[in-house]
Amino acid sequence: MENAKAARNKKIRHAIMIIVLTILFIAFIFPFIMVVINVFKVKADITAAPLALIGKHGFTLENFPNAIEKMNFFRSFGNSLFITIFATIGTIILSSMTAYLIVRNNWKANKILFVLMIASMVIPFQVLMIPLVSLYGGVFGILNHRLTLIFMHIGFSLSMATFMFHGSIHTNVPISLEEAATIDGCNKFQIFAQIVFPILKPTIATVAIIDAMAFWNDYLLPSLVLGRKELYTIPIATKVFYGTYSTDTGLIMAALLLAMLPILLLYIFLQKYIVEGITAGAVK
Amino acid sequence: MKTNTLSYKIKQYLIFAGLTTFIFASVVLVPFVYGLYLTFTSWDGVSLSKPFVGIENYVNAFADTSYWQSLGRTFIYSAIAVILVNAVAFIIAYMVTSGIKGQNFFRAGFFVPNLIGGIVLGYVWKFVFNKALVELAETITSGHAKSLLATETGAIAALIIVSVWQYAGYMMLIYVAGFMSVSEDVIEAAKIDGCTGSQSIFYISIPLMTASFVQCLFLTITRCFMVYDVNLSLTNGDPYGSSALAAMHVYNQAFINKNYGTGQAEALILFVICAIIGGIQVYVGKKGEVQA
Repeated sequence: MENAKAARNKKIRHAIMIIVLTILFIAFIFPFIMVVINVFKVKADITAAPLALIGKHGFTLENFPNAIEKMNFFRSFGNSLFITIFATIGTIILSSMTAYLIVRNNWKANKILFVLMIASMVIPFQVLMIPLVSLYGGVFGILNHRLTLIFMHIGFSLSMATFMFHGSIHTNVPISLEEAATIDGCNKFQIFAQIVFPILKPTIATVAIIDAMAFWNDYLLPSLVLGRKELYTIPIATKVFYGTYSTDTGLIMAALLLAMLPILLLYIFLQKYIVEGITAGAVK
Repeated sequence: MKTNTLSYKIKQYLIFAGLTTFIFASVVLVPFVYGLYLTFTSWDGVSLSKPFVGIENYVNAFADTSYWQSLGRTFIYSAIAVILVNAVAFIIAYMVTSGIKGQNFFRAGFFVPNLIGGIVLGYVWKFVFNKALVELAETITSGHAKSLLATETGAIAALIIVSVWQYAGYMMLIYVAGFMSVSEDVIEAAKIDGCTGSQSIFYISIPLMTASFVQCLFLTITRCFMVYDVNLSLTNGDPYGSSALAAMHVYNQAFINKNYGTGQAEALILFVICAIIGGIQVYVGKKGEVQA
């Protein structure tokens, strides 16, 4: 009796939760639905009835080629990809090596570096942007290079990544394994590259996901570093495009969809790893 | 091989952390110190000379009423957004860890807004607020409707809505991790002792999830306080600069009005506020931690 009642209550509770979640979920994807239904309409139909599934003038694909050409989509896509990939790889290699050095050697220099890195995490980007432009633009004159942006992306993400690798090496890498390798004649770098680094795979995945997303989507830093049109990343290209064509709603819809598409497609395939990676990164 | 000589240590440090130290110093440490110096100069952004002006920039910053107004708005916006983001994220996390069907689908689905950058999100929502929701309101009331973005309070409210929508999914995943870290045994034992469902949330899960709360609060407070992208694309400070938040004010002060010294001084005041908030948080978080 009691058990049957409890089971029924549980069923009702679950049904209510699924209904609430479904409503919330629809609210969450509503903006995306709006873009998707309007991207296939002509401008007049979007203005007249933005909520209609199909406009009076019917279905159109012409917004896409126009937007692709005018925002120079493939160029900015290439720039974003190049910058994201190299900045992510750089961050992972440098921060994991640094974290390894800090965990295994109780030196004063290591402690100072680690404390500085942790403390720097509270510095807002706004405090550094003016001196960065002044130094790298005015003094060194090396703005407007993709490599400069990669260098800065790495610099800003090193602290957090080192902190995450530090925790992971501390708890997951058994020191006995390294001692055995030392006896076998491995030097420190070989130990790190062949034994420690492979054990860190889950943390590497988490750091790669968080940083790659941040690099891909960042606007403020890239907009300060890359002022030349042919160097634009997708967020800068979107911003500039919106500024020029803001009244041409059909084109804007296509540009916004194009800007979102690469990462959404990637998410469909890597969704499981991304969700797991972020969740794993949260547990400490 | 000797492992305690100074030359060995220096060599190891340079191999493993040399490049890290160089990049970290050139991108974070040196600009930070150089930024302190800039607050005592009046630089116009072009010339190589940076005339020394003493504390004039700080005097200007303290006298800049629009800066303090933007800071006040940022406080209000952040306070409401942080509470709502965490409340929504926590409730969703509770529901998607309760063993219902399709919980993995929901987890993945609510995370989607986090994948998209603030600039693009802002423009998407601008369309939603200005066109789709106006149309929806006009259909329902069959009268004339105005966009939420047209008024000062409305624009801030819109910023809050977009922030909740943007960050709730990410924070949800952190709370999901928190819920999963609370062991089944503890909840089971509490149930046997006569704990009801809501009691076990408030007296067992929440205290054991302090680390998740600290992490989520840190992330949401810092992100909300420093928001720029969505502010730029959604409202651009409109109507009439009344929705410009602190980060936007600093940017405009420096790069649009060309008052780099004053802009940097205002940014530094922001940093001090952030550091104080961060310090309080670490302190409260450490105090409130519960061991299972």
